[in-house]
Amino acid sequence: MAEEKKLLNVTSNPHVRDKITTQDIMLLVILGLMPATIFGVYNFGFYALAVCVVTVVSAVFWEFLWDKLMHKPVSIFDGSAALTGLLLALNMPPRIELWVCVLGSFFAIIVVKMLFGGLGQNFMNPALGARCFLLISFAGRMANFAYESVSGATPLSALKNGQVVDNFAMVVGNEMGTIGETSVIAIVLGACFLMLFGIIDLRIPGTYILTFTIFWIIFGGHGADPYYLTAQLAGGGLMLGAFFMATDYVTSPITTPGKIIYGVILGILTGVFRVFSSGAEGVSYAIIISNLLVPLIERAAPLKCFGYVEPKKGGNA
Amino acid sequence: MSQYTFSGGIHPYDGKELSKDKPVKEVLPKGLLVFPLSQHIGAPAKSVVAVGDQVKVGQLIAEAGGFVSANIFSSVSGTVKAIEPHRVATGGMVQSIVIENDEKYEEVEYAPAKPLEQMSKEEIVQAVRQWGVVGMGGAGFPTAVKLAPKNPEKIEFVIANCSECEPYLTSDYRRMVENPELVIGGIKCVLKLFDNAKGIIAIEDNKMDVIKKMQELTANEPRIEVYPLKTKYPQGGERQLIYACTKRAINSKMLPADAGCIVDNCETLVAINKAVTENKPTLHQIVTITGDAVNDPRNFRVRFGTNFRDLLDEAGGLKGEPEKYVSGGPMMGFAVFDLDFPVVKTSSALLCLMHDDVIHATQTACINCGRCVEACPEKLIPSQLASHAEHENYAMFNKLFGTECIECGSCSYVCPAKRQLAQAIKSMKKLAIAKAKEEAAKKGGDK
Repeated sequence: MAEEKKLLNVTSNPHVRDKITTQDIMLLVILGLMPATIFGVYNFGFYALAVCVVTVVSAVFWEFLWDKLMHKPVSIFDGSAALTGLLLALNMPPRIELWVCVLGSFFAIIVVKMLFGGLGQNFMNPALGARCFLLISFAGRMANFAYESVSGATPLSALKNGQVVDNFAMVVGNEMGTIGETSVIAIVLGACFLMLFGIIDLRIPGTYILTFTIFWIIFGGHGADPYYLTAQLAGGGLMLGAFFMATDYVTSPITTPGKIIYGVILGILTGVFRVFSSGAEGVSYAIIISNLLVPLIERAAPLKCFGYVEPKKGGNA
Repeated sequence: MSQYTFSGGIHPYDGKELSKDKPVKEVLPKGLLVFPLSQHIGAPAKSVVAVGDQVKVGQLIAEAGGFVSANIFSSVSGTVKAIEPHRVATGGMVQSIVIENDEKYEEVEYAPAKPLEQMSKEEIVQAVRQWGVVGMGGAGFPTAVKLAPKNPEKIEFVIANCSECEPYLTSDYRRMVENPELVIGGIKCVLKLFDNAKGIIAIEDNKMDVIKKMQELTANEPRIEVYPLKTKYPQGGERQLIYACTKRAINSKMLPADAGCIVDNCETLVAINKAVTENKPTLHQIVTITGDAVNDPRNFRVRFGTNFRDLLDEAGGLKGEPEKYVSGGPMMGFAVFDLDFPVVKTSSALLCLMHDDVIHATQTACINCGRCVEACPEKLIPSQLASHAEHENYAMFNKLFGTECIECGSCSYVCPAKRQLAQAIKSMKKLAIAKAKEEAAKKGGDK
């Protein structure tokens, strides 16, 4: 038999591809969350690490199980399940029972993500969807905050009740809160890392934080008082939400005008929840509600191609 | 840093260092030469020779088949062996004239050219038409048609597209290093047609040496200026180039002339220069034979009709077995399954890649990351267009300006999910344009 000739590849152009893959992006975001995770473990102790590990592992397990049961190719190696698990863990109070973590990751992966078609198809951020589910279902457990073995309220609730908060501690992160949200410094450090690699940019977080600041100055009741403003910006999940949750690719608009509108809506909703609702926080709800608005935002956001000419009336082109 | 640029675009590995420093080598063809009758946009040329005819170098062998068409000349002397379909770079079979080279290179007698100063505008355009000049950058649009816009007095810029933004290609660069005066000569011919125009030589700023050289050579030319462009693909795309140089944006329904521009590629200007000032046809193209699979990557000056396989041998043959051959650059070129195709007016390169990125990439789900939107020079949403294309949703495809796509492939290049975005949009674009035409025809019929 004649030697078989190796066939050449014939595909449509372009014939070269950038090196970066979806997996790389997920890995980079996980790395970007490391400062906040490490600080959380340092701040809240070994049990916080257990919460993170259990949430991440169970999230990956749920996705693996789903793939197997549905006879789909195993998708856990793209890193998105691990990332969802980590984000959920960082949104958990430090002394949460581990079975709540497993339940939370089930809701995030199976209900929010896989039931809607898996990666790229979820209509809201899986980690935040699960957090809101847990907040409603286990209000007591999810509000059981403690710092240095003392239970208490988060700084924002304290502020709302008229107590005094320590602004400096809130920026550094030696405060009560969920595992990953307390340290502004650690979060911004991770965000800068991601911006350096071009994974995220300031269009959404910048508009979000700016809009919230303006909203707070107008409706917050304390004007531009730096004490309250710093506490509002540093407290709660605002920084974690703005840099790591609102920027989630799948659940945010794709165009620049869309991202700006989305950021403004986020800022307003967060402001409304923080100022007018009975609770002190509102970032999670603001983000998942805005997630639901994304298709509408995309439809409404102006789109003009290069060289766009306004259609003339009268047909005299 | 250069201010001349557009928004969007990508920075792929440019591979130009492989071939840019080696002088262009002249290669004489062997054996049979193939001249496809369709190596330009428009009607195919009509053969004016018959099998068995003797032809000389520079003899007309096929004449333009319409207004938008171009004459074809023999690049060698010899005998017409056949007129039959032959494979071309784009993959299809095209009716071609096959000439056996007698290696004597007997040339026809050309009438002496008139000095440029004494030529009328009509004579210049006529020379360009007569000598079959077409866009040699790849599009192959007949240049004489381009040089005769409706309102010549409204042309403000004659842009020499010397950006060479396509990775790996260095033929325009070598041309500008070795014969910059021929490019400038071409611009002068075109400027003679447009009294109100200024000549712009647009070169990407990764070629600072030729920018400096061109600036020196045009120092005493008040009508010509050199613009350094930001190095970025697709800087040499016609619409992007016009925007970079003039800040005027045109869409797919407009011509460069609507923005007061005439754009000609580097090598095309050399051909114009030859047609007008020497009264001769262009018989050569500079072709880059390159890629990591080639032993001695470099540029060759070859006669039209030469077989690419011979050129690969001239470049020292192959280091190993390539996974892919591309006719042209990696972004816009065509993958070929065989090297038996001829150099034509629009040939630019043969790229031999040891590793084919496309075949080794696994496609995954779109995560809506927006990299394609950032990269798109036409400000489209490639990810959404591709998904509308997959669902054949014409209404949404048109609403999102799918037909504005310039097929540069930047979206496919950047996609981390390795989706075939440009490919999907390209096919849909053809269908959408055909459908729009069909509907327009129907409407016209109803009236």
